[in-house]
Amino acid sequence: MDWQQLWQIASTPDNIPIVALLFLIPFYTWYAFRQARANDRLIGALEGNPELAKTHHRKTLPFKPEWPREVHVWPYLLRIEFLAAIIVTVVLMIWSITLNAPLEEPANPNFTMNPAKAPWYFLGLQEMLVYFDPWMAGVVLPSLILVGLAAIPYMDENPLGAGYYTLKQRKWSIGAFCFGFLVLWLIMIFIGTFIRGPGWMWFWPGQTWDHSRVVFEVNRDLPDFLLITSAWGKGIFGAIVMGVYYGLAGLLVHKVVTLNDFNRKIFKRMSVLQYLTLQFFLITMMLLPLKIFIRHAFRIKYIWITPWFNI
Amino acid sequence: MADENGNNKGQKGLTSVLDKVKEDTRALKDKAAEEFKTYKDFDRTQLFKSVFRVKHDDTPRGRALGILTNVFLHLHPAKINRDAVRYSYTWGMGGISFYLFIVLTFTGVLLMFYYHPTKGQAFRDILYLEADVPFGMLLRNMHRWAAHLMVITVWLHMFRVFLTGSYKKPREFNWVVGVVLMLLTLLLSFTGYLLPDDQLGFWAVTVGTGMARATPLLGNEGPFGPQLGMNPFNDIRFALLGGSIVDANALLRSYIWHCIGIPILISIFMAVHFWRVRKDGGISGPAPVMLESEIKELKRGAVAAPTKAGGH
Repeated sequence: MDWQQLWQIASTPDNIPIVALLFLIPFYTWYAFRQARANDRLIGALEGNPELAKTHHRKTLPFKPEWPREVHVWPYLLRIEFLAAIIVTVVLMIWSITLNAPLEEPANPNFTMNPAKAPWYFLGLQEMLVYFDPWMAGVVLPSLILVGLAAIPYMDENPLGAGYYTLKQRKWSIGAFCFGFLVLWLIMIFIGTFIRGPGWMWFWPGQTWDHSRVVFEVNRDLPDFLLITSAWGKGIFGAIVMGVYYGLAGLLVHKVVTLNDFNRKIFKRMSVLQYLTLQFFLITMMLLPLKIFIRHAFRIKYIWITPWFNI
Repeated sequence: MADENGNNKGQKGLTSVLDKVKEDTRALKDKAAEEFKTYKDFDRTQLFKSVFRVKHDDTPRGRALGILTNVFLHLHPAKINRDAVRYSYTWGMGGISFYLFIVLTFTGVLLMFYYHPTKGQAFRDILYLEADVPFGMLLRNMHRWAAHLMVITVWLHMFRVFLTGSYKKPREFNWVVGVVLMLLTLLLSFTGYLLPDDQLGFWAVTVGTGMARATPLLGNEGPFGPQLGMNPFNDIRFALLGGSIVDANALLRSYIWHCIGIPILISIFMAVHFWRVRKDGGISGPAPVMLESEIKELKRGAVAAPTKAGGH
């Protein structure tokens, strides 16, 4: 166990945000889900008691009928904003006094940094480079992430859970988002920061970053398993495999979307365009964990090989 | 006699003048004392009224006017749902992101005084800033860490908005604006990375813009790029770097995007974002929970359809 190596990575000033995220993300996830569970209990109680549902103020927060519904922004909101600004300033001051921003040697095109890492918030994308070619990992997938995020409000036809934390009423959408954000995006960043060493090789936490380490990995392409050698054969075979993947994954997504009564109710509200968009983004998102899996399980590099691009 | 008389006359004249002066002084003093009393009531002075326009007293009206008549505060409503001020609901991340943007603008402008975006000089400027400029190190640190913190707070803000379903009708478009703001935040941070012109920034930007080479159709190594006539001297990476390598032009482009281009863009989108928060009905919650049995039937296109009452 090389504690020195681990400490070196964790204490690099530019990695502090990731170390902070290690605490902030679990905290805020817990904080949100605690309120979601409380709301879910209330929803359960109101559904079981229609009389109560008519009179209840519908929040888990304390309430008395004689209390005013609204408060003045001056001072009740402004004092919070003011306090938040002071706290952030103090945190930033202490952080800036104790830790210096990194400055390396002057830029030198003749001396390559190893590992050459992107800023921490792009390490998820850099980690994707292991599994996809740059046109996918660096251009197409990031664009799809942004478009997919922007499309969320237009695909989500579930009218429940607007303006309060809940799990019960939005299991499906919260599950999908948390998988994408917490599992794919953040874990990839953690891997890119803590695990990937020189040559972008896998080093477990506490393993020494050995610059002369050589890993013999023979990655093969899917057509090679089936002894397909011609370029035409590989292209057509890959297209078929991708088609089959989109078909099967689409069926799987459809199963989940129509899993129970509530899901079916929401499904019925969706337009064809909404549904197809949802299918496209979910299937494409699942391509990443799938490729991670087949790379590590079967050492497969490409599924689809054409003269112009490979996936 | 004439002399005496004249002298008398002169003395008389002098006393009367002195008396007049004394009288005038007394009157002036009284007037000033009188006036001074009114200054104690500072919010009734012309100066105060000209600056603040309305009286700021501790009445509901005074509190509301304090918000509504202030250009910096009027983005807020005068009153707000009593539960909406709870930290547990909002986490305050949107506001903190905005505050960090202000901190970054402030420290960034100060940093610009000490920085030349030219090869060779840029790195020396950082050394000078760290060693010789009073509080230079602190200034650079604050800019760097506030930038990192802003990325975190923007992500947490998005996470909260998703978990509370705040992107749902009628706030769909504001979520889209938010996604653009997140992208601009990341781009702001990334363009700043190159500016110290050290190994860290140089290789990060080399790796980052290297991917642009692989852009489909527009990159010289991307799918169908070569077929469309892309080479290292005309593709999208060339446009980003102002050259085929990360060099002086890339530094200048980075600097201009970082200090002028993206800040203007992000300010425009922020203005829309904040304005839409208000127009879409203020902060989304904590809203009363809704039950499954209360879902209303969906009428697609109902909003856009002309109504009889509307007389369209």
